Amino acid sequence: MSIYLNSDSKVIVQGITGGEGTKHTALMLKAGTNIVGGVNARKAGTTVSHVDADGKDVELPVFGSVAEAMKETGADVSVVFVPPPFAKDAAMEAIDAGIGLLVVITEGIPVQDTAEFFAHSQGTKTRIIGPNCPGIITPGEALAGITPATIAGKGPIGLVSKSGTLTYQMMFELRDFGFTSAIGIGGDPIIGTTHIDALEAFEADPDTKAIVMIGEIGGDAEERAAEYIKANVTKPVVGYVAGFTAPEGKTMGHAGAIVSGSSGTAAAKKEALEAAGVKVGKTPSETAALMREILQSL
Amino acid sequence: MEYQAKELFAKHDVPVTLGAVVTTADEAESAAQEIGGAVVVKAQVKAGGRGKAGGVKLAKTPAEAREHASNILGMEIKGLTVNRVLIVPAAEIVEEYYFSFLLDRSNRSYLTIASVEGGVEIEEVAKTNPDAVRQIPVDATTGVDEQKAREIVADARFPIELVDQAVGTILSLWKVFVEEDATLVEVNPLARLAGDKLEALDGKVSLDENADFRHPDHAEFEDKAAADPLEAKAKEKGLNYVKLDGEVGIIGNGAGLVMSTLDVVAYAGEAHGNVKPANFLDIGGGASAEVMANGLDVILGDPQVKSVFVNVFGGITSCDAVANGIKGALELLGDNASKPLVVRLDGNKVDEGRAILNELNHPLVTQVDTMDGAADKAAELANA
Repeated sequence: MSIYLNSDSKVIVQGITGGEGTKHTALMLKAGTNIVGGVNARKAGTTVSHVDADGKDVELPVFGSVAEAMKETGADVSVVFVPPPFAKDAAMEAIDAGIGLLVVITEGIPVQDTAEFFAHSQGTKTRIIGPNCPGIITPGEALAGITPATIAGKGPIGLVSKSGTLTYQMMFELRDFGFTSAIGIGGDPIIGTTHIDALEAFEADPDTKAIVMIGEIGGDAEERAAEYIKANVTKPVVGYVAGFTAPEGKTMGHAGAIVSGSSGTAAAKKEALEAAGVKVGKTPSETAALMREILQSL
Repeated sequence: MEYQAKELFAKHDVPVTLGAVVTTADEAESAAQEIGGAVVVKAQVKAGGRGKAGGVKLAKTPAEAREHASNILGMEIKGLTVNRVLIVPAAEIVEEYYFSFLLDRSNRSYLTIASVEGGVEIEEVAKTNPDAVRQIPVDATTGVDEQKAREIVADARFPIELVDQAVGTILSLWKVFVEEDATLVEVNPLARLAGDKLEALDGKVSLDENADFRHPDHAEFEDKAAADPLEAKAKEKGLNYVKLDGEVGIIGNGAGLVMSTLDVVAYAGEAHGNVKPANFLDIGGGASAEVMANGLDVILGDPQVKSVFVNVFGGITSCDAVANGIKGALELLGDNASKPLVVRLDGNKVDEGRAILNELNHPLVTQVDTMDGAADKAAELANA
């Protein structure tokens, strides 16, 4: 089992003909993902050539719209690689077409655009992951995003993280155990799927035995997740928060990773998580060690 | 800065008095002369609490304006040097209100904060009299139309005789928020002047850099003079760099991993004379020789730096590309590369990457296999 994505998922790529889209379509196929086509209105009717996980040549159809792609292929997941100026329209189109899972990889989308397409998705069947995120991987089954599929295999851990490279680092540290799903929710100020959403899904997934939650400075998502864990999560959760030494008022790369005032600091987040019974590591390796202890005692 | 916020306000018809922005005491005097009557001399820096710091003064005569300007120019407020002052006519204030539109991360939408008890630090009012600070959600799809503006005015309990003016001002401020791609539009105080005239006396606007592609005019708002020279240099080269106060230069890939690297180095530093990370530098996905050389160049330009820690987890990036980047950077920099480099590579093509650096066998480069071990080594070298 897994969350949000599995071997039955039929995936399309919005921006399949662009540079990033081409590169990652190849990697997603290699990871075993069932990619059924892509979207680019200007190249509708053409195909793109790729190689699937078994090394066989495949021709993926390019459709003029998400709605058409869904109708023709039965796709239920879309991964968005289109550049920032066009990302909002791409997301709105996918939501209107009724896609189930929309993974927005694009970095640098104006936050008001994200606010608009997120609001538009409310009350629809579309779950958004991202933007500005590595997406989601269910090792051995499917990859919707850019997480390297070679780091770790299938196993009992569920992972949710704001940061891409920290996701990779943590998967690497715990590669001998493996993961049900690992989801990078993105570091932008407004994101679709939150820590809480992922925690809820991992709690409900029978194969997930323990959860790693990675946060970083800025906002109050980790504090809210802590409250949620206290009230709703029975599985063991291990946490890590990046940015203890970040100075106030400086943006550290992620638009969301800014400390303004006392709340939102790494220390406040660690305290909130520990109060909810979450063991919090000081470093990625210490966090992995805490998870190791838990898994060995299960 | 205030005068820039006011320019954006004026552009969207928010009632405001622009005044004159000057950089010398002489100019301050002539500006005051031209305005006539009492003026206020206001320090222009990107920081709050300017009044408390002595950066805002009332001047009854042009000579006084000159004196105040001469004191305020060059003053430091929260670490920022005052290079310009704004001269505005002294207004006769009857009441002061607070108003803002901002991004509401928790609810993934927008929020209005309004209070008829403004002019002071709104955080204080929120603590002592929370009911006086109204928080009104704004739907990102529907935004603020006249009906919504009236709802906000009623909720905030603006005086009845100011309702229509307040509605108009709020609609104009919403235009500033949306059309300029702001993440914050704040007016404090929004003042009721003599004659029941509503005016934005001070303001702050935060713009979303991600939206710069549709606002070429926003480039002018960047305060190049106040930016740290190393940060300015990094920005020129398209690097995501933040200068900190420490001895261990940091280069990594991905914002989260780099932040984590800063923490790990700070912990390691506790055992090595309390050395600290010198900077944040995220080289992102593609670590070409050029990006690596630019990054190293900026970091080695920081005289405080004693050692450099390159921490890369190859996800999409492959470690051989990073190793070649380091190799190329050292060649490009030649004798300018003068400080020890601790490199930790892991992930995609790690064996190839480590082999390249082993073969290079550069006297300044030390490879350590783990993040913790490498941080310790870098801290040790910075304390040597």
